[in-house]
Amino acid sequence: MKIQTILAAGAMTVAAVAAQNAQAGAVLDGIKAKGFVQCGVNVGLPGFSAANAEGKWEGIDVDVCRAVAAALLGDSNAVQYTPLTAPQRFTALQSGEIDILSRNTTATTTRDAKLGLTFVGINYYDGQGFLIPKALGVSSATELDGATVCVEPGTTTELNLADYFRAKGMSFEPVVIENINEATTAFFSGRCDVYTTDASGLASVRTTMAENPDDYVILPEIISKEPLGPVVAQGDEQWSDVARWAFTAMVEAEEYGVTMENVDDMKANSTNPGIQRLLGVTPGMGEALGLDEAWAYNIIKQVGNYGESYEKNVTAKLGLERGLNALWTDGGLQYAWPIR
Amino acid sequence: MSKPQNAPGDVRSKGLVDYLNDENVRAVLYQIIAIGLIVFAGWYLVSNTLYNLEQQNISTGYGFLDLEAGFGISESMIQYSPQSDYASALVVGLLNTVKVSLLGIVLCTIIGIIFGVARLSSNWIVRKLATVYVETFRNIPVLLQLFFWYALIPSAFPHPRDALEPLPGVLLTSRGMYMPVPVSDNAYTLMGIAAVIACVVIYFVKKWAKKRQDATGQPFPIVLAGLGIFVGLVLAAYLAGGAPTEMSIPALKGFNIQGGYNISPEFLAVLIGLTVYTSTYVAEVVRSGIQAVPNGQWEAADSLGIKRSVALRKVILPQSMRVAIPPLTNQYLNLTKNSSLAVAVGYPDLVSVSNTTMNQTGQAIEAISIFMSIYLGLSLLTSLFMNWFNKKMALVER
Repeated sequence: MKIQTILAAGAMTVAAVAAQNAQAGAVLDGIKAKGFVQCGVNVGLPGFSAANAEGKWEGIDVDVCRAVAAALLGDSNAVQYTPLTAPQRFTALQSGEIDILSRNTTATTTRDAKLGLTFVGINYYDGQGFLIPKALGVSSATELDGATVCVEPGTTTELNLADYFRAKGMSFEPVVIENINEATTAFFSGRCDVYTTDASGLASVRTTMAENPDDYVILPEIISKEPLGPVVAQGDEQWSDVARWAFTAMVEAEEYGVTMENVDDMKANSTNPGIQRLLGVTPGMGEALGLDEAWAYNIIKQVGNYGESYEKNVTAKLGLERGLNALWTDGGLQYAWPIR
Repeated sequence: MSKPQNAPGDVRSKGLVDYLNDENVRAVLYQIIAIGLIVFAGWYLVSNTLYNLEQQNISTGYGFLDLEAGFGISESMIQYSPQSDYASALVVGLLNTVKVSLLGIVLCTIIGIIFGVARLSSNWIVRKLATVYVETFRNIPVLLQLFFWYALIPSAFPHPRDALEPLPGVLLTSRGMYMPVPVSDNAYTLMGIAAVIACVVIYFVKKWAKKRQDATGQPFPIVLAGLGIFVGLVLAAYLAGGAPTEMSIPALKGFNIQGGYNISPEFLAVLIGLTVYTSTYVAEVVRSGIQAVPNGQWEAADSLGIKRSVALRKVILPQSMRVAIPPLTNQYLNLTKNSSLAVAVGYPDLVSVSNTTMNQTGQAIEAISIFMSIYLGLSLLTSLFMNWFNKKMALVER
């Protein structure tokens, strides 16, 4: 009797082992079941992701999360945000705590290949720079020998910094602080001579956190390439496809001139076959991705196209022009893979 | 074929059920099952993790330790540069953890004893001040205290360009404290060796003095003699080494103060925070230890004509030690473990370096397993030492 019970319990546990293992499509099914997208964002980087006065998250990275939710669930507000520091972000994604990471994250070989991640697009082309008080009288990064530098740990920034000073034969002392708010406080209190991160981040810190932004200057040298974009974990290709094409649709919409304002009009009246395909007037794209045919319409209607998102978040808040992030037709790098 | 029937009165051969009803068999069986379940649970967790990591294409294994780290660390007790490998980076973190923990343990013991004794003082104001100190710092979470000290230190002192100089050569700045240090020389190695020899000599002198006192009742001024031996030997080594006088004096050069020895604000914040927090617990342990010794011991010492200071040292403290050592061990372990909060204020301790490592390599499980085993090792070492000390201090039954 007893032995039978024990054997039965053992058999059940073995069955549970088999059932517990990861399965393809699990992320997508999970999101549909719970009804929202769990999105990892920066703890506070105005323009990219920061909570506004009403506690609502906004920024160009946040808009990617909202676009994915609009495409998959039809509602751009069906997103829960998890603010993450740099060292926390990949573990959160690998462990499945978040579905997608949209947190000014640089795409690199190591992260793509060794960390089990898939970058689904580049929503901001950036490069690393240095922010320094004007009072120090430094005009070039080559004069930084011996400086104390505030930097966030676990970033490409931290590695580029060491590489740059090594290549120039200069020395530096890093002060490594995990939370961006603590790190900038340390910089503004004079703990460091220099604060380094991506140039967009420097602009964000300078305009939104400095007591008097004019006392600080961003040095002209850009020492690295930082293609920043949303990331998902490997293992659910259907999910990474949805994320990739949701972002692509934002860029494609800008290329076609479809905006939040005119999307209804375009849907009703446009005769351009590309726009008809994008907005689901000609069906097929939604079905291909396993989504509703109105997936791209929902994104544009609720979130806007890439240019609108950039204008609203980056240009308006940080005063940064499009630069590298202009459409390829305007001499920039943003180039949507064709939706067809 | 018919089976031969058991003759009446024959002992029936034991069946399975009989075995299960045997108490001895059962006792063994249950233990086998319990161990089996534990092993199975362990195997299940490990194999499942490995399988899932493989499914997600996440690399596993400890091979990353040999790769170039690529990131800088602000303070290091050994030679380290971004070209060093991850293993060296972790060693740097470990040494920083050990440094702040050991210093913290020494300081919190000293401060704790002072406040513990002060809480029993007959002076009203001393007693109340000690109570306020203990109750304040014991009841604020240690992480908040670290943030407080780290916010205070850089803003309380000026930029290196206008550094304060309270003593010649000592500079106070928002980037920490700078002190002059002797430029390294062979004489200092020699002095270190002399110090070790002096300690050994003092140990034997002390043994001899105790033997003599047991035999003749003659006390020996061991403290004075020990001090003489130590200072004399170290001084002799210094002179024998050529009495070097060259010092590295901190001075402003470029962005920062160069030269001298720098105590960073991060280190200071962690050290002060941990010391102050833990010293309040030590104070309580000391107070309870002293109160645990019956008053009759004081009276007995008095009636033998022993001086009060000698009575405290030779009668009361040795007895209160027995009560105090086990809870003191706990506090030392807590301090070591709390030092992992240093990551919040940017002190490059083991957790901070491991966090960076895990983020650059993406191998969270391996990095966490490394620092968890190191903390476990540190704590077990502390426990072993304190257990040995406890045994040494314990009442020897005669």
